[in-house]
Amino acid sequence: MSDAPIVRIRELSKVYRRGAEDLRVLDRLSLDVPRGDFLALMGPSGSGKSTLLNLIGGLDRPTSGTIEVAGAALEGLSDSALTRWRADNVGFIFQMYNLLPVLTAERNVELPLLLTDMNRAERSRRVAAALSLVGLGDRARHRPRELSGGQEQRVGIARAIITDPQILLCDEPTGDLDRKSGDEVLDLLQALNAQQGKTIIMVTHDPRAAARARHTLHVDKGMLVQEVA
Amino acid sequence: MLRLLPLVWASLRRRPLRTLFTFLSIAVAFMLFGLLEAIRNGFFGGAELAGADRAMTMHRMSIIQQLPRSYADRIKTVPGIKSINYQSWFGGWYQNERTQLSTLAADPQTFFEVYPEYRIPEAQKRAWLADRTAIIAGKDVAARFGWKLGDRIPLQQSIPYKQDGNTWEVILVGIFDEQSNNGNIIMRHDYLSEGSPWARDRIGWVVSRLQNPADLPRVTKAIDSLFANSSTETKSSSEKTWVGDFAKQVGNIGAILSAVAFAVFFTMLLVTANTMAQSVRERTTELGVMKTLGFSNTAVTGMVLTESLLLTIAGGLLGLALAFGVSGAMRAALSTWLPLIRIDGSSTLIALSLMLALGLVAGAWPALRAMRLRVVDALRGG
Repeated sequence: MSDAPIVRIRELSKVYRRGAEDLRVLDRLSLDVPRGDFLALMGPSGSGKSTLLNLIGGLDRPTSGTIEVAGAALEGLSDSALTRWRADNVGFIFQMYNLLPVLTAERNVELPLLLTDMNRAERSRRVAAALSLVGLGDRARHRPRELSGGQEQRVGIARAIITDPQILLCDEPTGDLDRKSGDEVLDLLQALNAQQGKTIIMVTHDPRAAARARHTLHVDKGMLVQEVA
Repeated sequence: MLRLLPLVWASLRRRPLRTLFTFLSIAVAFMLFGLLEAIRNGFFGGAELAGADRAMTMHRMSIIQQLPRSYADRIKTVPGIKSINYQSWFGGWYQNERTQLSTLAADPQTFFEVYPEYRIPEAQKRAWLADRTAIIAGKDVAARFGWKLGDRIPLQQSIPYKQDGNTWEVILVGIFDEQSNNGNIIMRHDYLSEGSPWARDRIGWVVSRLQNPADLPRVTKAIDSLFANSSTETKSSSEKTWVGDFAKQVGNIGAILSAVAFAVFFTMLLVTANTMAQSVRERTTELGVMKTLGFSNTAVTGMVLTESLLLTIAGGLLGLALAFGVSGAMRAALSTWLPLIRIDGSSTLIALSLMLALGLVAGAWPALRAMRLRVVDALRGG
């Protein structure tokens, strides 16, 4: 069971219709991602890497092909089942952090737990643990605008891991950060991969960030072109 | 959904000034609605409380024209009538012309037979019968001027003119309680007739109390046919119609009030819907993030609708509370003319339903937009 890939993609295509024209963003792409991997996806803008990440996260539907993530065939799930599956299995980390500005750090981290039947005390305990894991135990009551970019991204990571998902999907997680903050975020992702066994798939333009991954794949014109590391 | 309420509250605080202004606009709209309802009740509440077993007979042309006193005796002969009471308008003022009074002159012998709902001690009824200059007054008007039993009160009046000046000395012998008439004063008709040649052997109108309310159409027709083709024809109707017609003389108040209320609510709908639409548009990415995290379409839609409902219900309740306060003050100030000014149970129920409807309708489109939002589009910024 543990040897089976956590992500198994076969002949995956995604075509967007732009007016009268079809835009093929992913072209019969096949990919296996082993459980516990830290994979970097690189490629030029418009290559299809973010679309691939969205499809793996169940945020979008493929035009054709199959996609199996954490044991679920995503193309067969209804919208509501897909939403539930996402909440249980996937943590998302965004380039612009995407924290809710009206909520404090701890309330932002707590958000995914509001969908569970966990009581308030248990939620608070887990939120405190997650914030302390990302080194922000003392910033719990701060709102996003009172935090630096690096701190905001670490709150984003705490929110992504709060439900203990099997897989973390990161879209340019260091794209908006200075080098030092970016390194701290990458340290954290590496630690989550190495110590907690989280499978991480990270889209990035930055070769320094990609170098932290165990593997890097290049996507171009909707296809995997070469494996670098 | 309950555990999502703090999120809804946080969304409302996102733009505090905008939320405050929308909240206040809704409060003002509901205050206006409450006051319009109170005024409508003031004008038409009397019609609802009017006796179902009473008929009114007046001059066919208008209430200003008088009827011969003898008409009262002839009306009494119509089968189905239990008793009659004849009355005239006196009006008058107290102390100065700006303090106008609502004074009627009525036959004291039959008054309480026709109006059994007036609550007044028996001794005071007898005192009224005993003295030609005696008056009885509603508890509100007595309280307004601080009148006590036994007070001699100079009522002023130029029409009907009095032979020896325009001051009518009366003595207060009774204070009654009857919710739609507590601002009224009732003097004796014989005192009016004897004091003014204008009112001698003339009366304003006749009130008939029927043995059976079902006879109203037949009895009113029978009364009017008694005087058909005479020089003074009559027009009879139920008391309810009479009170309603009287209120309508001021203009079609019901339609005016409805039009104002409709305009206010339509404006409010636009204001609230605009606020909600802006609020949801600004949060497109946030809503996308929430959906990414696993919030269902139903949860997101529910949050937007709850936000809209909170805004309209909180604003509406504040407005209604203000309307209750202001209508209470209006009732005190206008107790003589519109003693029934108040926001009653059905008005409150309508207001509560409107709060719900406004919240749901104003939130519907933004909620639908939030529901249909595709995560990938939302994360790209809409």
